[in-house]
Amino acid sequence: MPEPGRALPAPTPETQHFWDGTQAGELRLQRCDSCGKNYFPPRPFCSACGSRSVTVFKASGKAILWSYVIHHRPVPGFTPPYAIAVVQLAEGPRMMTNIVECPQTPEALQLDMELEVVFEAQNDKITLPFFRPAKG
Amino acid sequence: MRRNAVAVVGAAETTDLGRIENLSQIGLHADAALNAMADCGLRPKDIDGIATAGQTPVELAHYLGITPTWVDGTAVGGCSFMIHVRHAAAAIEAGLAKTILITHGESGRSRIGNPPRRVDPQSLNGQFEQPFGPMGPPSMFTIPVLRYMKRYGVTEEQIAQVCVVQREWAAMHPRATFRTPITTDDVLNSRMIAWPFRLLMCCLVTDGGGALILTSAERAKDFKTKPVYILGTGESAETPMVSQMEDFTSSRAFRVAGPTAFQQAGISVNDVDHLMIYDAFAHLPIYGLEDLGFVPRGEGAAFIAARNTAPGGKLPMNTNGGGLSYMHSGMYGMYALQESVRQMRGTSPAQIDGAKISVCHGVGGMFAASGTIIFSNETPTYDW
Repeated sequence: MPEPGRALPAPTPETQHFWDGTQAGELRLQRCDSCGKNYFPPRPFCSACGSRSVTVFKASGKAILWSYVIHHRPVPGFTPPYAIAVVQLAEGPRMMTNIVECPQTPEALQLDMELEVVFEAQNDKITLPFFRPAKG
Repeated sequence: MRRNAVAVVGAAETTDLGRIENLSQIGLHADAALNAMADCGLRPKDIDGIATAGQTPVELAHYLGITPTWVDGTAVGGCSFMIHVRHAAAAIEAGLAKTILITHGESGRSRIGNPPRRVDPQSLNGQFEQPFGPMGPPSMFTIPVLRYMKRYGVTEEQIAQVCVVQREWAAMHPRATFRTPITTDDVLNSRMIAWPFRLLMCCLVTDGGGALILTSAERAKDFKTKPVYILGTGESAETPMVSQMEDFTSSRAFRVAGPTAFQQAGISVNDVDHLMIYDAFAHLPIYGLEDLGFVPRGEGAAFIAARNTAPGGKLPMNTNGGGLSYMHSGMYGMYALQESVRQMRGTSPAQIDGAKISVCHGVGGMFAASGTIIFSNETPTYDW
């Protein structure tokens, strides 16, 4: 028996475009056609104005580190200590993620540091978006 | 809703707190409910309204032998019980019920009759938070704090002071789980859970329960217990996902629920004699003090470190020791309400002399929801 891995998402009709995007190497957000707001997590209407007229678009993948904790307890699929982070995307929304290609220490993980998205396939259906220090 | 039109006439916790291996979760609800009924001389047949979270109100009505004309199963986490008080007060004023029982029970430590929590992988939390490795509140409720610390220059030492001060209050309570004094170093040297949070900055995990009985202020005069009036109430909700909070340095739900209650009560923060702010983790009293307007932004931690909320301070807060030291079964709100009621009755082991107004502020989920209750022990003076 392999060790249990990390919890994985189960897409729904309203979120399928996002998970199709990560598999295609794109971070997909949504924008309201009526009020112009960029938003996340996915839903088929704008949470700012209620409009159902919204468009999926490819985000830049650029972000800054907004806040995090360094978790020291065991969780399936993770080797502690590891950071659970929230990043602020260049387009506005924030999302939870992990920071990769970076020591998981308070010294290395500075708030507001510039990050860029990377994609890691977990199986043949689910690819997760992570972030690493920006390479410029 | 009018001020002071409804009062708490019955209040009690479970017979035991801590590790309770002879009762399941519904049994803890019932033990607390029977204690609260005994407190004010009522029996189940006298109750016509029921509210609870954790179990359903249907389960409790049946288990206790109650035939309700009003039920409320609002379940938004640990502040559900503050919101039940708010809804119950409105229901009594509207004539939907005369005598309402609110119960809480949770086998948080022994986990008897308490199904494990599971995050549905199709939910927004399951899709957009759970894959990144959180394991319950200690690794999620704490995520916003680094942003708060950076914005206001707050230190880990200052946050640790919350735990030190609350332990001083807990030392006065015979039923508190942890009563031995601690130092800042004790907090900072305790086991790392989710940096910057150490073990002593996180709440306990214990078994227990509590219950409240509310009726009209007019009818409250007929009870042997000292009435504790509902002066003002507020509630709100923000997001089930901590990553989606509007502002990591402040809770929108706090900023709605708190002022709503103060406005209804017709008081300002300067009128408050006693304060409870739900403390599942050490940063919550800091956020609460700021979001309810007791101190300016960024000054909550320094206010606590300067001993303003400690024994002898000008704003006694979390006088039972809080979720950090008194008890925390998972949904702590009921225990904060119980301490507010004790303070208004004049029966707390850490009694604040002359306290007339107590504010009890709760959080649900991880900054997901909030409820605020303002209590008074002064008899209403206006005409009915």
